[in-house]
Amino acid sequence: MIPTSSQILMPVRMSTIIASFALALFLDFLPWRDLRLVPDFVALVLCFWCVRQPRLVGLGVGWSLGLLSDAGNGVLLGQHALAYSVLAFLSVWLSRRILWFGPVLQSLHIALILLVTQAAVLLVRLASGDQFPGWPVIVGPLGGAVLWPLVTWLLLLPQRRPANEQAI
Amino acid sequence: MDHTPPPFFKRGPAPLVRLFFFASLSLALLVIDARFRYVDGLRSWLALAAYPLQRAATFPIDVAMSIGGYFSTQANLIEENERLRAQALANMQDAQRYHALLADTEELRRVLGAVDKLDVQATPAEVLYLSRDPYAHRVFIDRGSVQGIRPGSPVTDDTGVVGQVTRVHPLLSEVTLLANPDQAIPVQVVRNGLRAVAFGGGSSGMIELRYMPANAEVQNGDRLVTSGIDGTYPAGLAVGTVVRVERDEERSFARVICKPAAGIDRGRYVLVLSSDTARLPRPEETQVKEKRGEKARRATKAKEKASDDSH
Repeated sequence: MIPTSSQILMPVRMSTIIASFALALFLDFLPWRDLRLVPDFVALVLCFWCVRQPRLVGLGVGWSLGLLSDAGNGVLLGQHALAYSVLAFLSVWLSRRILWFGPVLQSLHIALILLVTQAAVLLVRLASGDQFPGWPVIVGPLGGAVLWPLVTWLLLLPQRRPANEQAI
Repeated sequence: MDHTPPPFFKRGPAPLVRLFFFASLSLALLVIDARFRYVDGLRSWLALAAYPLQRAATFPIDVAMSIGGYFSTQANLIEENERLRAQALANMQDAQRYHALLADTEELRRVLGAVDKLDVQATPAEVLYLSRDPYAHRVFIDRGSVQGIRPGSPVTDDTGVVGQVTRVHPLLSEVTLLANPDQAIPVQVVRNGLRAVAFGGGSSGMIELRYMPANAEVQNGDRLVTSGIDGTYPAGLAVGTVVRVERDEERSFARVICKPAAGIDRGRYVLVLSSDTARLPRPEETQVKEKRGEKARRATKAKEKASDDSH
């Protein structure tokens, strides 16, 4: 099998990006039982596009998605916007470095980025007078990092060429 | 010499500058939202944009439930039918007694010349989903300002008070549950009429009576209902049952823990009550001032009297 990094991919379509964000928001809005244990899918997909397409998806997109997420969940307006801006910055900044590694080492980088994002949300919440929600909050970001290879594979599907075309 | 790159390499401001810009924008929004609530209009528009996705996200659950309902066995249905029939019978008896009592009460109130109680309208609503924030203690319901929901309306289910509508968007509204630590509700102990204020207990899902004197007459198993003195909650709705009373020697207040009556995290259907009690005219400003003045006068008189007595 040819590793992902050495494949020549087709250019990304805008519709793919928009559809993936819509799907991620949908997954976030599902009525989960304990949300601390569920990865933040919007953060994961945003991270993916910032790493892969830093010129198309960046801080502006992250900030807008954060606002949408805040309003949809009825929390203080701006906490996810702040967190996703930080996430987009880190992903854009580290994108070349991250793409250099294989899937496992990439996941480690993503785990760090997602943890920083979670920490930003947590800080805002603590500053606004909420209680600490307990250590299970770090399970979500780590789960997201575990899902990273799967997300990469899924989101790159529309950009792959058929195998026979690749051989030419 | 000019060292700027040619224009086709330009990529806008540096990432760090952008981060600074968006972070400060977010922080400004946070402060404005938390302190002044100026951005509720923006929030309503964003909520409207997210609404189709949220509606879609509840769809799989609905499908799963309807499939489950399709395959429910006959035994289950018969059992449920019998239970409902028994409940209907009990309700009918209660309803008959209620009408008799209502007539009595109206008679008595007329004799006393008291103000007529105002009717409460109820709007049924369905819980769409819980807030993603695990400690927010909020749910979203599928009725909004288009259906005439007003902020501040109490929300109940079939067993008791669930919470209060805190934000209204065009098509959906936010309900803050009783378990939210910032949520307070005036209650009354059914057994002896003792009034208190119940606060949310946070993550435990319990509610708590604060500032009760250590010798307050509260026991385990006491039922609490809304007292209705706030003009928001109608009187007599079930709120909870006392499960623990902690009387500490060191503190002057007793800590009373209660279990909410409503299935806050179970129910799917709720009622939004809208009463006109909130619109009762407040006492005129001048009256209040006069009363205050009278009080002050009385106080000074009492003081004078006291000083006279001491002489």
